[in-house]
Amino acid sequence: MNRFVIPLGVFLLLVVLFGVTLKRVPDRQIVPSALIGRTAPQFELPDLLAQEQLVNNSAYAGKWYLLNVWGTWCVECRVEHPTLLEIQKTGKVEIVGLNYKDEPEQARAWLAQLGNPYASVPEDREGRVAIDWGVYGAPETFLVNPQGVVVEKIVGVITPQNWAARLLPHIEGRAP
Amino acid sequence: MLPEVGHFALILALLLAAAQSLFGLVGPWRRDARLIRAVVPAVTGQFVMLALAFGCLVWSFVHNDFSVQLVASHSNSALPIYFRVAAVWGNHEGSMLFWVLVLAVWSLSVAAFSGNLPAAFSARVLGVLGIISTGSILFSLATSNPFARLQPGPPDGVDLNPVLQDLALTLHPPMLYVGYVGFSVAFAFACAAMLEGKLDQTWARWTRPWTTVAWMFLTVGIALGSWWAYYELGWGGWWAWDPVENSILMPWLLGTALIHSLAVTDKRGLFKSWTLLLAILSFSFCLLATFMVRSGVLVSVHSFAADPGRGIFILALLALTIGGALALYIWRAPLLRSQAGFDLSSRESFLLFNNILLVIATGVVFGGTLAPMIADGLGLGTISVGAPYFNPTFLLPMLPLLALVSLGMFAHWKRGGLGGSRRRILGSLALALAVGLAIMLGLYGDRSLLGPLGVVLGLWIIISALIDPVDRLRRGLSLPPAIAGMTLAHVGLGIITVGITTMETRMLERDVAMKPGDSVQLGDYTFRFDEVRDVEGPNYDAKQARVEVLRDGRAEVLLLPERRHYWVQRQSLAEAALGVSWRRDLLTTLGEELGEGAWSVRLQVRPLMRLVWLGSALMALGGLVAAMDRRYRRREREAEAASAAAVAQGQPQGQQA
Repeated sequence: MNRFVIPLGVFLLLVVLFGVTLKRVPDRQIVPSALIGRTAPQFELPDLLAQEQLVNNSAYAGKWYLLNVWGTWCVECRVEHPTLLEIQKTGKVEIVGLNYKDEPEQARAWLAQLGNPYASVPEDREGRVAIDWGVYGAPETFLVNPQGVVVEKIVGVITPQNWAARLLPHIEGRAP
Repeated sequence: MLPEVGHFALILALLLAAAQSLFGLVGPWRRDARLIRAVVPAVTGQFVMLALAFGCLVWSFVHNDFSVQLVASHSNSALPIYFRVAAVWGNHEGSMLFWVLVLAVWSLSVAAFSGNLPAAFSARVLGVLGIISTGSILFSLATSNPFARLQPGPPDGVDLNPVLQDLALTLHPPMLYVGYVGFSVAFAFACAAMLEGKLDQTWARWTRPWTTVAWMFLTVGIALGSWWAYYELGWGGWWAWDPVENSILMPWLLGTALIHSLAVTDKRGLFKSWTLLLAILSFSFCLLATFMVRSGVLVSVHSFAADPGRGIFILALLALTIGGALALYIWRAPLLRSQAGFDLSSRESFLLFNNILLVIATGVVFGGTLAPMIADGLGLGTISVGAPYFNPTFLLPMLPLLALVSLGMFAHWKRGGLGGSRRRILGSLALALAVGLAIMLGLYGDRSLLGPLGVVLGLWIIISALIDPVDRLRRGLSLPPAIAGMTLAHVGLGIITVGITTMETRMLERDVAMKPGDSVQLGDYTFRFDEVRDVEGPNYDAKQARVEVLRDGRAEVLLLPERRHYWVQRQSLAEAALGVSWRRDLLTTLGEELGEGAWSVRLQVRPLMRLVWLGSALMALGGLVAAMDRRYRRREREAEAASAAAVAQGQPQGQQA
């Protein structure tokens, strides 16, 4: 054993480590949001489907709700839309669809065509509320508990898998 | 049609790269002169093919060919032509193609400037470069083909990420890539020497200019990136210890160590196995940086783009090249014995300490960058390591290093004893203390420890670096580029040290809510918030605030920070406004509208910020000047004679240290 072996040994260890980390990449879409564990930011916006009404957080006080950020310009929102409809059917949670920087006409047409999973659709044309929520892009989904605290955030598409693994356990009180 | 031509040229380049490595490695081994002669044509052909492929991709971007997937997803027709060209490397596939092209340019330069090297040796160097090239082109073709088509092509593409629409940032990745890839030359020189089983002072002299030039590009790349982050990201941060920044800093630190270790090997024939190891390590960290940024193992804001397939490929490439080199190292390094010895306070030992401290600093950064990965790999959850760890632990090796830089410049080669230079050491230190403390305590009234310490160390480096060249000029001696370059780089280091410590310890910062007509006092400066109005840019609209800055009641500068909204990508971004002078930078960032005409605004006063950029520029310039020295291009015998004479004299002249 000579000392010149050490660099190769350390290097091989690192390669193994990187290999292990790499295998875990696909299930790492979690962006640990600064919001988790904090009170959800306030919003008060006109409802896309009932223009004269304003929607705000207080309507959902005491209830679990998902705040789903979407837009008709967002391709992946179309991908997750069927899952949102499924979630709505379970009746376990209400979904607030924050319509992000969108054309109201197109957004209404989209919901008419694909179905509406949302309890309300606050219309955030300038994206000001989205900035308060730290939204980077669409789709993003926040889970808010009855106390109004953000408990989970999913960046990217909601799938039946991450719904079952990361959102449902919180709502059913099974989360660690 | 052209994208297919490009694709085909890329495939031909792959074959030529494979031929280059085969000829370059087998030729010298079999002592086959015909194979050795065939290496340079293979290198040239590979370069021509890659240039053609890259040209085709640029053409597709410039002419808005949205049937090419890469163009459709990274460019649009509203983009100014300059940014359309920059968009070529502003994405993964295009930047990989750029990477292999740069590698080909470096290989071609080695082929062109290696007239003074033995033919077999330069063939081996090109052979090793050929292996790296083959692997990288294969990576590009197999996992990230830039020429993939969309059927049918969309009418227009998506916008370039607004954050990236900036001059400094479009130049920053190419500079880094040129630097990263440049270290492959030092790596190839090291592998070639190990294959030959012979490493002497001439080898070090050949390797030095290549390493220095690569280091220079890396320096410019880091500085540009930091400058961009400083004025574009809008919060005045210039260094965030973000994993991507760290991955750039590590090869730079190791490259700096390599430059100094090579100097010792060149001058004294010492540290041979150490220099080899550093050459391998610097390039490993360049590959590692690419791996970390491109594979998505690092937790980045969005890991949509993460592609494990790519990660595994780069990891395999890393394992083969670096693992191979390190295996070769086990076999060959024990044969490289250094005959000469040196005293504890000789220049050699100062450079050895310099190396050790730089490697420790790299280790500190590496540990902090890796810890989140390890925790995640072992399933311990996501942790983040930030400035509270990096700042103190990085200073631990850096502070003694800064002090040693000055001392080392007074030391002699081989023989110890700083006694002869005692007057100069104490004199320069006293001057640095007097000036530094006068500024920090007298002018600023700074009672902290770190501020005055950093400024004094920085000033001491500047003074020490200047003593020898000034002395030479006074005695009517010439100032070779190698010494001039070293002086410039060291003065640059001193200036950066002064700049960073002053700026970090004396910075003023406030986040406030302001309405039109409001004023906020920050140090000597009054920020008056006048109004907010709507403005429109080429592909965005924006709210622009008018902030007048006054000093002692007199108007100093007018700042116009903006909050922009880009149409195509629907992204909202703050464009900070800077008022720059030698004395200080004034910075305002426009945040959110808070209602009733009030806006959240961030105000900063950063003293001497410009010194950081000036110092970086001087360091890079120093590298360039030093690499120009004729000494590196001289034929073997005369250079050896000159070098031997310099060592025999044992002058503290600091030639190329």
